[in-house]
Amino acid sequence: MADLKLTAARKSFGTIDVLHGIDLDVKDGEFVVFVGPSGCGKSTLLRMIAGLETLTSGEIFIDGARVTNLPASDRGLAMVFQSYALYPHMSVAKNMVFALENMGLKRAEIDARVTRAATMLRLTDYLDRKPKQLSGGQRQRVAIGRAIVRDPKIFLFDEPLSNLDAELRVATRKELAALHAEIGGTMIYVTHDQVEAMTLADRIVVLRAGRIEQIGRPLDLYNKPANLFVAGFIGSPRMNLLPATVLSAEGGSLRLRIGAAELVVPRAAAAAAPGAAVTVGIRPEHIAVVPEHGTLDVTVDLVEHLGGETFIYAAAKDLPQITLRCDGQTPSSRGEAISIRFSPDHLHLFDATGAAIARP
Amino acid sequence: MVDPADPSQQVRIPIDKREPVRRVALATSNYTEPLRQLAFMTYLRNSVFVTVVATLITLLINSMAAYALAVYEFRGKAAASLAVIGTLMIPITIILVPVYLVVTKLGLVNSLWAVILPGAATPTGVFLLRQYMLTLPKDLIEAARMDKASEWQIYWRIVMPLTLPALAVLAIFSIMWRWNEFLWPLAVLTKTEVFTLQIGLNAFQGDLQTQWHYLLAMTVVTLIPVTLVFVFLQRFIATGIGSTGMK
Repeated sequence: MADLKLTAARKSFGTIDVLHGIDLDVKDGEFVVFVGPSGCGKSTLLRMIAGLETLTSGEIFIDGARVTNLPASDRGLAMVFQSYALYPHMSVAKNMVFALENMGLKRAEIDARVTRAATMLRLTDYLDRKPKQLSGGQRQRVAIGRAIVRDPKIFLFDEPLSNLDAELRVATRKELAALHAEIGGTMIYVTHDQVEAMTLADRIVVLRAGRIEQIGRPLDLYNKPANLFVAGFIGSPRMNLLPATVLSAEGGSLRLRIGAAELVVPRAAAAAAPGAAVTVGIRPEHIAVVPEHGTLDVTVDLVEHLGGETFIYAAAKDLPQITLRCDGQTPSSRGEAISIRFSPDHLHLFDATGAAIARP
Repeated sequence: MVDPADPSQQVRIPIDKREPVRRVALATSNYTEPLRQLAFMTYLRNSVFVTVVATLITLLINSMAAYALAVYEFRGKAAASLAVIGTLMIPITIILVPVYLVVTKLGLVNSLWAVILPGAATPTGVFLLRQYMLTLPKDLIEAARMDKASEWQIYWRIVMPLTLPALAVLAIFSIMWRWNEFLWPLAVLTKTEVFTLQIGLNAFQGDLQTQWHYLLAMTVVTLIPVTLVFVFLQRFIATGIGSTGMK
């Protein structure tokens, strides 16, 4: 277990800057998830921490010690690869033992560690099998086991669940969360799946185009996104982001024109000048269908009945498609005209640069 | 009957007392005679020694070079690869004399090591293994690095076992090359006790006449080992050549 600190970590491949100065503190025992669209540099950042990629500039500290130029083998970290990277010619046990032998541990200690990890991950029956004789989920567990036996300072996970089918992914996600609760190591996890990020993380680091957009606890990111990108990225289905124009600003609240309607946003801290273009954000669950006199009048495009909840996709004049999430089974059908109401306590407002100017 | 030397004389012989002068039969003596006269077992031992030792050294050295060119990171890697591949363009006949001079200086003439060592590092082998190693997933090497493996351990415990199909192909090639090698051993081996089989066979070929019956019979004998190698390793040849192309 260890803490990690990155200061102004930059990475360029030739003339292309992949990471533009990353500052990050990971506390001992914390589960941090790097999330972002593909190509945002999250895997590169993980590989830099692992020591598999050099830094163009900046520093990395583990437990206060500078490791920037230390090779991967000397950093004491363990990594679970997206492809699992199990040694195909070695049995499950050998796969786990390999690192321990390299560390020069005694036979008894090695056996004890492998037995403990195998029991924890329910691999005891498969220790003599080769990786290709295992299912995807079992291979995944071997890869995690190979990291656990090392007793590393920090666990690094590079999209470990992306090769599993949907059902197994959910199951393994829960196991990972349980594992972190059990062994309590510092873990850094890279994924492009915001659901994995929300469910696993103590803190999420949202990356885009080599920059950190926001760092925070999952619900903080969900409730108080710092900018348009985070607002759109975190949450499924995504937040409705609707263009609007400021009509007037009075007493801390803003009056907006949104499509054909008008909307008052309270608590607009950084007041925008009348005429400014802004974006209104509202999550699907904060929009309600009302009998009449709602915020907007819309037409239903599509209804998805999931049983426990219903998603309604609706079209409004001069606005992008709006998604509503209703609890239970809402009777509604395509083409129906409904009135919807935005909950004023849950309105987000972003200025032209994308920064949040009003949050719930 | 008539004797050609004395045609006027008639010779009478009972038909059942005839004895054939020539007959068609399996001439096993073509095999047994040279095996007795020739130091065949010595030649065979020399050939086997050269083939086995040279193949082992070739596999070791070539795989180490291929590892460096495929996996290990260092400056000038591309230039080194090019240089190795470039030597493919130089035929043995061009460097025969300089290499002979080197071997003489080292005092290796008339030693089997003179046959083994100069050809141990083959650009073909390095290239073959390098190309195969390049197809190994990079994640495996990085996983090994994370697992605190040294370069040697990555080479010996991860890369080598996974390169087995390509190594088998190279082993088969090397065995064939070494077993059939003629020109270079002929140059550096002059004493009969260090002759390999192919040089030994050359003894049946004189300036004025060639003992074809012995030469051909012994050629069959020298073919047997390579044939056996093929019989037993053909499985590897097929899978190995197939998998060196794509994986």
